[in-house]
Amino acid sequence: MANEPTMVNGRGWGDQDHVPGIKSELLELNMGPQHPATHGVLRLLLHTDGEIVYKVTPVLGYLHRCAEKIAEGVNYKQWVVYTDRFDYLAPMCCNHAYVTAVEKLMGQAVPERAEHIRVATSELSRIASHLIALATFGLDMGAWTPLLYCFREREEILNLLERISGGRMLYNYMIPGGVRYDVPNDNWVADVLDFVDLMEHNKLPEYNTLLSYNKIFIERTADVGIIDAKTALDYGCTGPVLRGSGVDFDCRRDDPYSVYHKFDWQVQIGHGEKGTVGDCWDRYIVRAREIEQSCRIIRQALQTLPDGPYQALALKAIVKVPAGAAYTRVESSKGELGHYIISDGGQTAFRNKVRSPSFCNLQVVEKVGVGQMVSDLVALVGSLDIVLGEIDR
Amino acid sequence: MSREITPPPAGYDAGREQMLDFKVDEQLLQVVETDAKNFILTTVDEMFNWARLSSIWPVTFGLACCAIEMMATSATRYDIDRFGAGAFRATPRQADLMIVSGTVTAKMATRLKLIYDQMPEPKWVIAMGSCAIGGGPYFKYGYHVVKGVDFIVPVDVYVPGCPPRPEVLLDGLMRLQDKIRGRKGRFIAPKWVTDYAKLIPYRK
Repeated sequence: MANEPTMVNGRGWGDQDHVPGIKSELLELNMGPQHPATHGVLRLLLHTDGEIVYKVTPVLGYLHRCAEKIAEGVNYKQWVVYTDRFDYLAPMCCNHAYVTAVEKLMGQAVPERAEHIRVATSELSRIASHLIALATFGLDMGAWTPLLYCFREREEILNLLERISGGRMLYNYMIPGGVRYDVPNDNWVADVLDFVDLMEHNKLPEYNTLLSYNKIFIERTADVGIIDAKTALDYGCTGPVLRGSGVDFDCRRDDPYSVYHKFDWQVQIGHGEKGTVGDCWDRYIVRAREIEQSCRIIRQALQTLPDGPYQALALKAIVKVPAGAAYTRVESSKGELGHYIISDGGQTAFRNKVRSPSFCNLQVVEKVGVGQMVSDLVALVGSLDIVLGEIDR
Repeated sequence: MSREITPPPAGYDAGREQMLDFKVDEQLLQVVETDAKNFILTTVDEMFNWARLSSIWPVTFGLACCAIEMMATSATRYDIDRFGAGAFRATPRQADLMIVSGTVTAKMATRLKLIYDQMPEPKWVIAMGSCAIGGGPYFKYGYHVVKGVDFIVPVDVYVPGCPPRPEVLLDGLMRLQDKIRGRKGRFIAPKWVTDYAKLIPYRK
């Protein structure tokens, strides 16, 4: 496979003559697993001719932590811990995806208050994840300063989530039938609403000035790494990658779970303002605008926070799941995160399959990365916003 | 049983040992006392170590969840640059410190060893997080997880937590600086900590 010629613009291996009379040599290049621009331990096997990439092969498995196998060894409640470590940038969304699947299998209803808290914490987590995406994308493009600004706001979110869950980064907060702790009575709701206002009205314009509409940044990302709508759909891309390509799809609106149907917000898609629809800038700006929408959802979820219980089951109750299978999907910060659980009625799952968005989004590199400069490949991988914990599981 | 004392070898010169003994140079002492502000008496090692501990350059080596906390430590609020360890180098050839931040899998272990071997001496390793220390939550069923990075490279400081808070990583860095300085790296817990630890009911 490695020596198979890949045709680019009608030319294959050994046909390169950028300078007439001089044949350039083909180079096999390893990008990663230790590389600052691969967002973890991803390894990209590149075949290049000078600066032009002729073939990209993602090599996975450097962070395979056996989480799906572990699901067969620990019980349903214990496995919530491992869902945190899938997408460690937005752990609340992963918790939400898993407990939704277990509840569907159990036929367990969830109290209204718990659903509101879940939505609010998931959206806070999504903002934190998108902030990291903005920061590291800027870092890949050579802008160090936005990282410092994004982490400043992220620390505030982590503080808020620590007050409600007790964990700074990985929370283990949601359990089948509700959430682990109630909203703390130390003015938490008011603080979150304050933060959301600050984020929407003060901080986002700051990022736009710093990075989004920066001339150098636009030159570097617009018209680069274009994923058209058909390619995105063919490769099963979801989340901001799909919406950046102009496809109007969001699980939260089109396949509603939890209480998302109650809130008023808009799905953001890429319009190709600075270049073509589906370029790196579109994917970036979709994330930046989703932060704003998340702020709207949080504000509505917490302003209409109902009273009542926050757990349907007792905290120490053993989760009993009947035999059967269930699949649910939620919109994580990276895309559509699905859990397929097969139960044989025992204490542990018989099989637990995770459909992770980063894994599907990454595959598109193989098609879109071909024929680009190596430095544009960095922009493409950065704009996909992958998390290796979720890819390798 | 008392330990036997080996007799000195043949041809041992007792006078030579006396020569090696440290003797106060009266003349130098006088100069030092009168002009004390202009002199620093030290050894070359101590001076080099002081320089090393003030500018530890870590290699950019993020593995898993802990890497995000490592980034947070180097970012705005915690700012690891205050301790001189903020210059993250992308190449191991310019780095002194490897922060193993995350789960080390069997596939990654060979690469980790390669990166460690590429670092120039003197070099140090911080094992960050319970995965790097001993497998962490993947200890029991993790068939692909290395149960502790100290199977692969020598570790200087262990930083516990899953993931450790940035404050803990900073503390681990300060323990490493103590170690480079030549102090004993033993942490003596305050009395209230030991008293509190006695109250925790451990499972027998």
